[in-house]
Order: sequence, then C-alpha cells, then structure tokens
Amino acid sequence: MSDITRDEVAHLADLARIDLSEAEIDKLAPQLAVILEAIDSIADVATDDIPPTSHAVPLTNVFREDVVRPGLTAEQALAGAPATEDQRFLVPRILGED
Amino acid sequence: MMDFDEALEQFDPALGLEVHVELNTATKMFCGCPAAFGGEPNTHVCPTCLGLPGSMPVVNGKAVESAIRIGLALNCSIAEWCRFARKNYFYPDMPKNFQTSQYDEPIAFDGYLDVDVEGETFRVEIERAHMEEDTGKSTHVGGTTGRIHGAEYSLVDYNRAGIPLIEIVTRPIVGAGVKAPLVARAYVQQLRDLILALGVSEARMDQGNLRADVNLSLAPKGSDRLGTRSETKNVNSFRSVERAVRYEISRHAAILAAGDAVVQETRHWHEDTGITTSGREKSDAEDYRYFPEPDLVPVAPSAQWVEELRGTLPENPTAKRARLQAEWGFSDLEMRDTVGAGALGLVEETITAGAAPQAARKWWLSELARRANEEGVELSDLAITPAQVARIQALVDEGKVNDKLARQVFDGVLAGEGEPDAVVEARGLAIVSDDGALSAAVDDAIAANPDVAEKIRGGKVAAAGALIGAVMKQMRGQADAGRVRELILEKLGAGEG
Ligand SMILES: [Zn+2]
Repeated sequence: MSDITRDEVAHLADLARIDLSEAEIDKLAPQLAVILEAIDSIADVATDDIPPTSHAVPLTNVFREDVVRPGLTAEQALAGAPATEDQRFLVPRILGED
Repeated sequence: MMDFDEALEQFDPALGLEVHVELNTATKMFCGCPAAFGGEPNTHVCPTCLGLPGSMPVVNGKAVESAIRIGLALNCSIAEWCRFARKNYFYPDMPKNFQTSQYDEPIAFDGYLDVDVEGETFRVEIERAHMEEDTGKSTHVGGTTGRIHGAEYSLVDYNRAGIPLIEIVTRPIVGAGVKAPLVARAYVQQLRDLILALGVSEARMDQGNLRADVNLSLAPKGSDRLGTRSETKNVNSFRSVERAVRYEISRHAAILAAGDAVVQETRHWHEDTGITTSGREKSDAEDYRYFPEPDLVPVAPSAQWVEELRGTLPENPTAKRARLQAEWGFSDLEMRDTVGAGALGLVEETITAGAAPQAARKWWLSELARRANEEGVELSDLAITPAQVARIQALVDEGKVNDKLARQVFDGVLAGEGEPDAVVEARGLAIVSDDGALSAAVDDAIAANPDVAEKIRGGKVAAAGALIGAVMKQMRGQADAGRVRELILEKLGAGEG
C-alpha cells in the first residue's frame, strides 16, 4: 500500500488553498493512499518499451496562425466577476505574498 | 554593506540572469487575442486567456518560430520534442490558477552568448530558453500607493495575460570577479541587441518587453562551491542591472563577513534609492506542482524547419562588432565605449540613415548620452530616432545649422516638437546664409568697433575674433563664423597673408 503521510496531505491542502480540519486529514490520508495505489498498479503492467504517456492523442505541432480573432468585450469579460472597478476585476487584498 | 572592492578581495561572486522577452507576435501565445501593448483594460481578452471553463488553448506557431530563432541565435540545441507544463499557483494575475510554461523540456538548451566587456570577450553560458505566457497586470488600491502591503484590494487587467514570453536562463556566471556588474549589464544589453536584430520583440525595458531578474551569490575566494543566492526581480534598465549586482555583492559580503547566513529569498529593486529590499522567502510554498499540459500537444520541430530558421539568423554578434569597427574606422576605445553605452545599434542605424560614423558616434555618446544620464533613462528610451539624428547631422553638413544650433534642434525633437526640419523652421534656427543680412551685421560691427577695425586694416588679422563675436551675437549665433570672418577681412582689405 502506498503511503501518504498526514503531513503530505496537510501540505498539499495548503498549496491548493483548501482548509482541512485534523479530522478531515485523518480521513483523507488513507483515501488518497488508495488512489495512489491504483495509479501505481499501472507501473506493474507498463514495460520498458512503453514510454510514459501524457497525451491521449498521438499528435504533435498543432499550431495556430498568428492572426487576431475577435474576443470578448470588457463588459462580457467582466460580466461574471463578483466585483469590478474601473473596467478591471476587483480581487480581495492579497496577503502574505508579494 | 561592505565596500565593493573590499568585498571582492574576500569573495568570488556568481551571477545568474533570467531574462524574460515579450514577443512581438500579433496574437497571444494560446489564443487569438491581440498581443499589443496597452489597450483599454480587459479589451484584449477571450475565454481562453481568462481561463473560462470549456475554453481550449492552441499554440501560436509564430511564437514557436521566434523561440527557435532565439535559441539558435544563442547557440542552443533545439529540442526534437518538448511539452508545455502547468505551473500551478494561486495569484490573481493568472485567472487559470496556473501559468502555462515549460518545465524540464525547454525548447532550447545548452547555448552561449559571447559578450564584449570593455573590449574583452566573456562567454555567458545559456542553460535554457523556454516558452511561457505573461501574466495580467495588478493595480493595488489603498495603503501606500501602488504597493501590495497595506493595500485594501487589487484591480486586475488581463490584456497582458497570455502574451508570449521567452525566458532565457544563464548558467551560473563565475570568474567575472570585480567585473561582475559590468558583465551582467553587458549581457543584458547585448542580448537585447540580438533580440532586436532577430526582430522578435520590441525589447523595450521601459515598457517591460524585456525584464531581467538578477541572481547573485558569493563564495569565499578560492572556494569552488556556490553560496546562497538572492534573486532580485524585475530590474528594468541596463544601468539598474549593474547597480543591483554591485549592491547585492556589498550586501552579501557584509552578512557573510559578520558570520551570518544569507537568506535565500526574492528581493525588490528600488530604482530611486538604488537598493534592494526583502521580498518573499523561498519556502516550500514555492512548490508549483508542474505537470505536462494535457490541453496542448507536444512541439516537435523537424530538423528541416530548424535548419530553415537557422538560415534566417542575423549575423553573429561578435563577427558583426568586428566588421562594423573595421567599416566605421573606430579605434578600440571608441568601439568599446559605443558598445558599453548600449549605443551600437543606435549608431549603426544612424549611419545607415546617412550620417558619417564619427558624427553618429559623437551625437549618441556625448550630447544624447548626457541627456539620457540626466533623465536617468537608457539611450534607446530617448524620444529621438536614429533617422532624426542622421537628419540633424545632415543639416550641419549642409551648413543650415552649426553644432551649437544643432543642440537646440535636439532640444526641440526631444521635446516632441516634430522632425528636425520642422524644429529648425519653428524655432527659426537656420544659419543666415543671406550675405545681405550678414554684410549689414558686419558693417554694424565695424562701425561700433573702430579701434579693432583699424588694427585689422593694419594687418593684425587675429583681432578679427572680436568682430566675429560681435556679429555672431547680433545674429543670435545663427551665422556661419567662417563666412563672417571672410566678409570682415574682405571689407577691411586685410588678406590672410
Ligand atoms: Zn485570449
């Protein structure tokens, strides 16, 4: 069984800005371990001649012409924003970072 | 702070430079929004660059082409196959909560740039150049103006989010010693020249098209390991790159000499005071959990495409400097000063626009360098083009203005009064070549200075200077002094002997 420690779960939750209680960490750690184990089982069937796969389709070099296409108006862009000011997205105070 | 020279007696500096270049493609990296600078807030946006659900990015082929050309110009190997990666972090300047970048598979790697530092060639090794996208622009409201600390909230404009960026990272630059600040400056300057020659970016530091992060660490002299580094962000002029390196060397040296440890952190550069201040400490919060971008397929440039692009490269910078120096007939010192002032491209364009090499060099390195220095800006940021400088020199060559009047033409052009000819016209600066007006002024001067006139008649030609001065004064400097002298001697019947 793959191990994932309580500390690792707390760290990942912190990175993902998810506030977990101690009880939730206790509950999630074994659940995540099961998921990791399922993924690890792929390694059992993979052989050396199968490269790691990151994409579902075997394509490369899908490029777009460098031609401007119409986008959204500022009104449309801001329509879903919880708050705006001066045609900009208003976001809460940013703390603890620069 | 330890004295700079003293610091370098005790320590060896290691530099690292990360330069971000904003490409001048018509559209963004992954969507068809315009990549133009500025614009009304949030008018260059679409569902893709706003990270709205269901939107899908598609790579701008032109940006990949520019990335490969930059890589080749920096003598890099080009990846046969590489992927984009998500750099995950939470910050409102990226609405997707990740920046699309490249991680361990950069498009270009293992190159170098030979940099001219005071006439010596210094090889700066390039670790990698990778593709990514720019972030949006935040304005912090409340608290101290524009600063994040104490701000009540922030306003975000996403016009810039998604503009193609190439990040160019050097390997640690060691062995520069006391020249480290100059090497850093010369590298950024000469990298910018190369980017301009490639035509892939406007590369204006004042508009943020080209931004430098300066990494610095010190090790005790003779030691072969690297010390703890600081990373000074967004140093946005050549001069500041040099100053920031000097400052950090002195700061690190003082900390190490006191037996303390340098903190690994990002630092902010303050242009006004010339110091850096602590930003954010590097911690495990800097865990970006990179993973391959599933929405973009890999980039695999064919050998044929890469070779085609190699054929479009501008002349190698070192060879070009040697060729230009020979063509222009500059001395080593003149060439070194021109390169050191970041004026090589400007002088070259001025010469191409018709000015003689020495005249082009003179204006940029004296008159314009002085003004740039006074204003604390780069030469290239001055509001004058090489073509305008060439035109002003042409006005001098044509005898329409002299050097003194030419300086006033520079004033006018820099003040936004229009092209040189328009400035001459509007300010009434042209030299009076009408012999009638000159002749009258000479007659006046002779009448007003009978003693001097008598001396000249008597053969004391050297006394003519006083009369020339009087005429020039009356003509408000707008006369050809040589012609004035001729007229005086003619009228007083005194030949040059
Ligand atoms: Zn867009």
